[in-house]
Amino acid sequence: MAISRRKFLQGGALAAAGVALAGKPAEANADAPDLRTKGLQKTTTICPFCSVGCGLIVHTKGGKVVNTEGDPDHPINRGSLCPKGSALFQIANNERRLQKVMYRAPGSDRFEEKSWDWALDRIATLMKDTRDRTFKKTEVNPKDNKTYVVNRTEGMALFGGAGLDNEECYLWTKFARSMGVAQLEHQARL
Amino acid sequence: MTNHWIDLKNADAILAIGCNPAENHPISFKWIEEALDKGAKLIAVDPRFTRTASKADVYAQLRPGTDIAFLGGLINYALQKGMFHEEYVREYTNAAFIVNDSYDFQDGMFNSFDEKEKSYDPKSWGYALDASGNPRRDPSLKDPKCVFQLMKKHYSRYDVDKVCSITGTRKEDFLKVAEAYCATGRAGKAGTILYAMGITQSTHGSQNVRATALLQLLLGNIGIAGGGVNALRGESNVQGSTDYGLLFHLLPGYLKSPEFDNVDLKAYKEKWTPKTKDAKSANWWGNTPKYITSLLKGWYGDNATAENDFCYDYLPKRSGNYGYVKILEKMGKGGIEGLVCMGMNPAVGGPDSGKAREALGKLKWLVTADLWETETSIFWKRPGVDPKQIQTEVFMLPAASSVEKEGSISNSGRWTQWRYAAIKPIADSRSDLWILDQFHKRVKNLYATKGGVFPEPITRLAWNYGNGEEADVHLVAREINGYFTKDTTIKDKDKTLEFKKGDQVPMFKYLQDDGSTVSGCWIYCGSFTNEGNQMARRDQSDPTGLGMYPKWAWAWPVNRRIIYNRASVKPNGEPFDPTRKVIAWDPLEKKWKGDVPDGPWPPMTDAKEGKYPFIMVPEGHGRLYALDLKDGPFPEHYEPMESPALNNLSKVQNNPVVAVPKNVSSDTKKFPYVGTTYRVTEHWQAGAMTRSLPWLVELVPDMFVEISETLARHKGIVNGDTVTVTTERGSISAKALVTSRLKPFEVEGKHIEQVGMPWHFGYAGMATGDSGNVLTPSVGCANTGIPEFKAFLCNIEKGGKRA
Repeated sequence: MAISRRKFLQGGALAAAGVALAGKPAEANADAPDLRTKGLQKTTTICPFCSVGCGLIVHTKGGKVVNTEGDPDHPINRGSLCPKGSALFQIANNERRLQKVMYRAPGSDRFEEKSWDWALDRIATLMKDTRDRTFKKTEVNPKDNKTYVVNRTEGMALFGGAGLDNEECYLWTKFARSMGVAQLEHQARL
Repeated sequence: MTNHWIDLKNADAILAIGCNPAENHPISFKWIEEALDKGAKLIAVDPRFTRTASKADVYAQLRPGTDIAFLGGLINYALQKGMFHEEYVREYTNAAFIVNDSYDFQDGMFNSFDEKEKSYDPKSWGYALDASGNPRRDPSLKDPKCVFQLMKKHYSRYDVDKVCSITGTRKEDFLKVAEAYCATGRAGKAGTILYAMGITQSTHGSQNVRATALLQLLLGNIGIAGGGVNALRGESNVQGSTDYGLLFHLLPGYLKSPEFDNVDLKAYKEKWTPKTKDAKSANWWGNTPKYITSLLKGWYGDNATAENDFCYDYLPKRSGNYGYVKILEKMGKGGIEGLVCMGMNPAVGGPDSGKAREALGKLKWLVTADLWETETSIFWKRPGVDPKQIQTEVFMLPAASSVEKEGSISNSGRWTQWRYAAIKPIADSRSDLWILDQFHKRVKNLYATKGGVFPEPITRLAWNYGNGEEADVHLVAREINGYFTKDTTIKDKDKTLEFKKGDQVPMFKYLQDDGSTVSGCWIYCGSFTNEGNQMARRDQSDPTGLGMYPKWAWAWPVNRRIIYNRASVKPNGEPFDPTRKVIAWDPLEKKWKGDVPDGPWPPMTDAKEGKYPFIMVPEGHGRLYALDLKDGPFPEHYEPMESPALNNLSKVQNNPVVAVPKNVSSDTKKFPYVGTTYRVTEHWQAGAMTRSLPWLVELVPDMFVEISETLARHKGIVNGDTVTVTTERGSISAKALVTSRLKPFEVEGKHIEQVGMPWHFGYAGMATGDSGNVLTPSVGCANTGIPEFKAFLCNIEKGGKRA
């Protein structure tokens, strides 16, 4: 995989400057960052990569992320970032990000664009069909030959996700168990 | 982590084994370096000379998969040289506990092994009990059946020469590690162990972790500042996702998911609520009934009543193992119709990924939610397959990134930090919260209108997160914390507390088992109180100077920054180390000062109310000897499933309770080299999150395979050559990276070469390459099922398909 330096430099000058500032208190910097970020909206976030939990500041303008940099007030990273954390800007600004719901029909060799409504209705129907078809109300245990109520959906598995927020994880497990899915697993098993 | 990232600065010795923080947790090095600046020693133990090793005072090379031999050697060294914290060991561990007469260990096997079932009976390893039902103890530690003596005997076999003959470590390096690290085995010295997947990804991974815990208990290093057993976790919220039970055997808060024979809530409580007869043991899991009931109230709301067992019947019951590897096996046989992947990429991230890709083609339907095209979402058009032959219906849903939504994540040190939405989700992408909310609402609607099999668990589910476009994340966070379902009066010692219906529960000690409280995840109770969202706090005060920052974000449990901190003080409550006081008992005010203590009780010596420090086990003492692992009470060295060597310590080659799968081979004629996988700073996990970022792609654009200079010479390979690596599972091509970071191991007089590679690559995204996991075996740890990615056998040849 090759990429030209020219392309590398395009579209990221502000964020690249953020990398250079890492680890220094903003006020002391000769780049006059107050001016650099003047008029921009500012929110804090936590890095989505490893589990150190470094803080970042996200600067936005007109609904677009225009800069990300290490949060100098954050006690763990005190403004510094590693290469991945420094590249957060390119997650928010990236032409390869998925834009639309895509669907691939059985046997097809391509994706086609679909609406959320269509896809979610279809997914809900498939989930219900699989659940209804593979739901196991009871089973006989071979060791004691007794019948036990297990209320389990055998034909569905759910994977993920160590990249979800806690509140999302909670709804994920709540949804899974309500569907009778015992086969719920994620990265912590790997 | 028992401790947390900033606490690394408090250590006198840092032992990094099976992890490479300089590479994979780079900012952690800020705090490691602060410790080094104050004179601490950094010790790196790893098969490769890593970035961490390059900064270490001592580096010791060890052959992949031989960690127990190495750590067992350190345990033996500490015991033989008397370099352990005697008071700590006697008072706070189960060293003095006397074990049943039936316990035995002979030539690699513990007692009670059933050849047919390939399993032990852990009950046969129990403690010997006295007339009142408590474990018998010998505080002199001299009884030949006490844990201390059994442990000493067990590890006496791990002498330095034996250990080095197994691990391939140079003897002088091993001795340097032993001297530097065991020097922390006394009051006033702190040693921390850092580990990651080098320890867990093994057929004896849980015992590897146990070996680190044994060493730390022996040295008195758990509960103290600068100490602990610290798992450096890999993903930004893998701590949280584990806390919330996204695993087949768990419910949120490490409650066990019900087994088939937990036939009702009473039976569930009976099975999973440990008991003790010792009044000095807090036995915290004795509160299980309160936590499971509060969870069920959160899930089934007003529908959950004492009369209907709080809807316990609605939960699926497990019969056996549904771990990741087992699910993939079942999928490969066509046993699974549908799979949903929320930010997970099994086509790259799991073992034997060639098989995993084939298994995906057996699904009727597949849903992925991710920021990018992943190898999983486009598996049906991967190189070498004909899409027409694959009948899986695939939905690729665009998910929002972390800066496009609001919510919390928990770092490795258990700090739960709040993130804000900087912008709306781009294009048509949506947050996972929105997607999950839609899944539930639409499925529920189908069941409500059309009926179906046993619809009640879905139609009666409490799902009250507002009427907005997506679920209100604050309402979800409030439910996780928990609230009172009616006006409640609680007597807490001399105080009487009045709570109103709807009040947030301030901390988990107020949760109830009668339905009067809700809590979606008990360990997070206290994170969102009547005072507000504690996870969003940004107060930078550090009153102890130890870097605990108690008002920055919130840490589970109960905002405790160092867990087991009651073991940092003597039985009378005075800190072992007066210069690094985590907690200290103030006898005048009759209260603890410093970190949130592991329970409110006075020190252990208080005859009436004192408690032992290890509150999560019923005996209250740290376990040098385990009672509930499938593969034995003491960690014992076995070779990895694929190994170039015979077990030099016993006749038992592999972990006896792990079944050997078909596609594993220790034929060293075909596969003479040890293969291992790892990560690089510039990429992340299966690569979807980094292989499409131009800055990172420029830094590491290609898949590579790292070999030593000697192996390169032997094979006529030079840097940059295309090479092919083959195992019993498959083969991959990549660029050769010839370095002096890899050196062969001396094993039984032979030089064994190693082949290392990252596992970040695949066929999707901007930078593509072959996947390391095509090579790795899908055989896992006896207790957790985590696969043995770190130690397998392979061959390497010059040439290959990628020119």
